[in-house]
This record gives sequence, structure tokens and C-alpha cells, in this order.
Amino acid sequence: MANVIVVTSGKGGVGKTTTSAAFATGLALRGFKTVVIDFDVGLRNLDLVMGCERRVVYDFVNVINGEGNLNQALIRDKRVDDLFILPASQTRDKDALTLEGVERVIQELKQRFDFVICDSPAGIEQGAIMAMYFADEAVVVTNPEVSSVRDSDRIIGILSSKTYRAVHNLEPIKEHLLITRYAAKRVNQGEMMSAEDVQEILAVPLLGVIPESPSVLQASNAGIPVTLDTHSDAGQAYLDVVARFLGEERPQRFIHSKRSFFSRLFGT
Amino acid sequence: MSFFDYFLATRKNTATVAKERLQIIVAHERGQRGTAKFDYLPLLQQELLEVVRKYVAIQDDQIKINIEKDGSYEVLELNIALSETDKKIQK
Repeated sequence: MANVIVVTSGKGGVGKTTTSAAFATGLALRGFKTVVIDFDVGLRNLDLVMGCERRVVYDFVNVINGEGNLNQALIRDKRVDDLFILPASQTRDKDALTLEGVERVIQELKQRFDFVICDSPAGIEQGAIMAMYFADEAVVVTNPEVSSVRDSDRIIGILSSKTYRAVHNLEPIKEHLLITRYAAKRVNQGEMMSAEDVQEILAVPLLGVIPESPSVLQASNAGIPVTLDTHSDAGQAYLDVVARFLGEERPQRFIHSKRSFFSRLFGT
Repeated sequence: MSFFDYFLATRKNTATVAKERLQIIVAHERGQRGTAKFDYLPLLQQELLEVVRKYVAIQDDQIKINIEKDGSYEVLELNIALSETDKKIQK
């Protein structure tokens, strides 16, 4: 049976969509049939980050309303086999997603895929609740910055109280912490909380750290999931994250910056 | 910490400040979340007040209701101060 994974954060702009695209691509590169669903109804962007914006005909809400079927709505990625995108609708009707509709679509996807990745919208409103409701696991994306960490803590509270697993007293959602936009150099200078600090506050196991990197913007500019830029530090970091998620041991390469003798001496 | 930092005025480490502030606010908010299931307390207090008023004249501020956590169980504490007799009923 497929695994449903929500990528969530509470705060906006921390890298949920980037992570959803990169993580799903990473899983598909490892040979798993993977679909990534954009839950940000009204503010669709996953299609743009994944470079398939001109191929959207039917969307998630069309499928829920029976205006199109899943085969019509699913977009097959042209670069990676076994990777599919279910785009969000651009409707401004915020009640377009119903719990029954979402459940039906997820159940159908679970029959056909190994992993169903749910890209959550920001906030703690209905859309975010829908994205996490049927999840088996959660990737909590956090920046090492006060507002992001606080919002992540709220989301973690909601994951353990408002989801299907919580409501039905099942085994709780397995949570993973992913720290993005991490600047190891600034951590060394005492300007940024370390991965250990954030992990200690949130008390969720650390899946990995994605370094602040120009390659993330370059990848989204071009509509290419950053995982496919295997020469970039961020791409490498996401590949490590996927490997760790699949149970492999990978050293945390990006938590501590490499400092030369001179930089140690001069404190730069 | 570099060699030269020892000779410079120590700069305030803002990462440490951030961590300490977060630990306090997160602990506080988690505490509130834990008591969310007792959100019936204000209503309970109001209804109790009405019942007691059938027999004794008391003011709103003479009734206090509180939940305290004591290990694995919670204690519902009800305090009604009776001004006329100066007696205290405790349950």
C-alpha cells in the first residue's frame, strides 16, 4: 500500500513547494512510482516549479467534482519516469476541496502509486488541514528563524490532533524535520540557530538540512526540480534526504561549514 | 570563535537569544494546547454560579474554578467564597 506524505510548515515561503518537487523527484529517481499533489487551491505553483504549467488541462478540483478523471488530470513528468503531478485548481472557491472528495482521490492514487506527496498551502486553514488529513508521514519544513520554528510547532500540534490518524486513534503520523535555507557559516558566527537548536525545540527527528543555495532559485526559474541539478549542494542535500527517508544511512554533510585555517583565525 | 574575537568586545549571540525566546513561547503555547480540551470551563463556572445563587447570594468573583495537572491525572478545583458566613466550601 502506498505511503501518503504531507509536506507542511505553517509559515509561507519556507520551501514547501521546492521540497515537494525535489523530494518527489528524488523518490521517482529511485524507481518509486510517485505522484505529487498541489493542495494550494487558488494559488497553484507546483506546476511552475516542476516546469509543466503549460500542460495543465484538468486539475485536482475537476477530478473531485467529476468533471475529468485522474488519467486526464495527471501530468507525466518528461524527465523522470514514474513521476506524476496533480495540479491545483485556480478557483477562488475556498470550499472546493471536500474531505470526502480528497479521500476518494487519495484512495485511488494509493492503488496506483508507491508514494503520494501532498504539497500543503501555507497557514492552518482548511487547505492545509486537507493536505495533512490522510497523511501517514509528514515532512515539516522549517527555516532556522523564529517565526518559522514557532509556526512549525503549531503545525506539529495540529498533525497530532486534527488528522485522520489522530481522530481515529491510530498510530500517529510519523514526523520528519527538514531545515531549509540553512547557512552553516552564519550558524558558526552565532547569527543563525543551528540544526541541533531547531531540532531540540521542535523535538522531531531531523531528516536533513538543505543549504541556502543559489541553485534553488535557478532551478525554479527553469522549472526543474533542484534534485535534478546533481552538481548543486541543494540537489545533493535533497538526494541525501530521500536516501535517509528510505532508511539509508547518510552523513549530515551540510550542517557544519568547512572552515579553512585562515577563516578560523580571522573568524570569517 | 576566532582567535581575534577574544580581544573584541563580545558580540551578542543572536542565535542563542532566538533559541531561548522560542523555548519559552513554544512551551507556553504547548501548555495552552494541552488545556484546549477544557474549554468548557467558563461555561461550567457560569452554570455553577447560577446553581449556588439559588441558595446563597454571591458575586461573580466569589467563584473560582481551576484545573491542575498532577502527574498522570488532573484535578478539577472549585472554590466558592461565601462572604456572609466567611465559610469556605471546598470540593
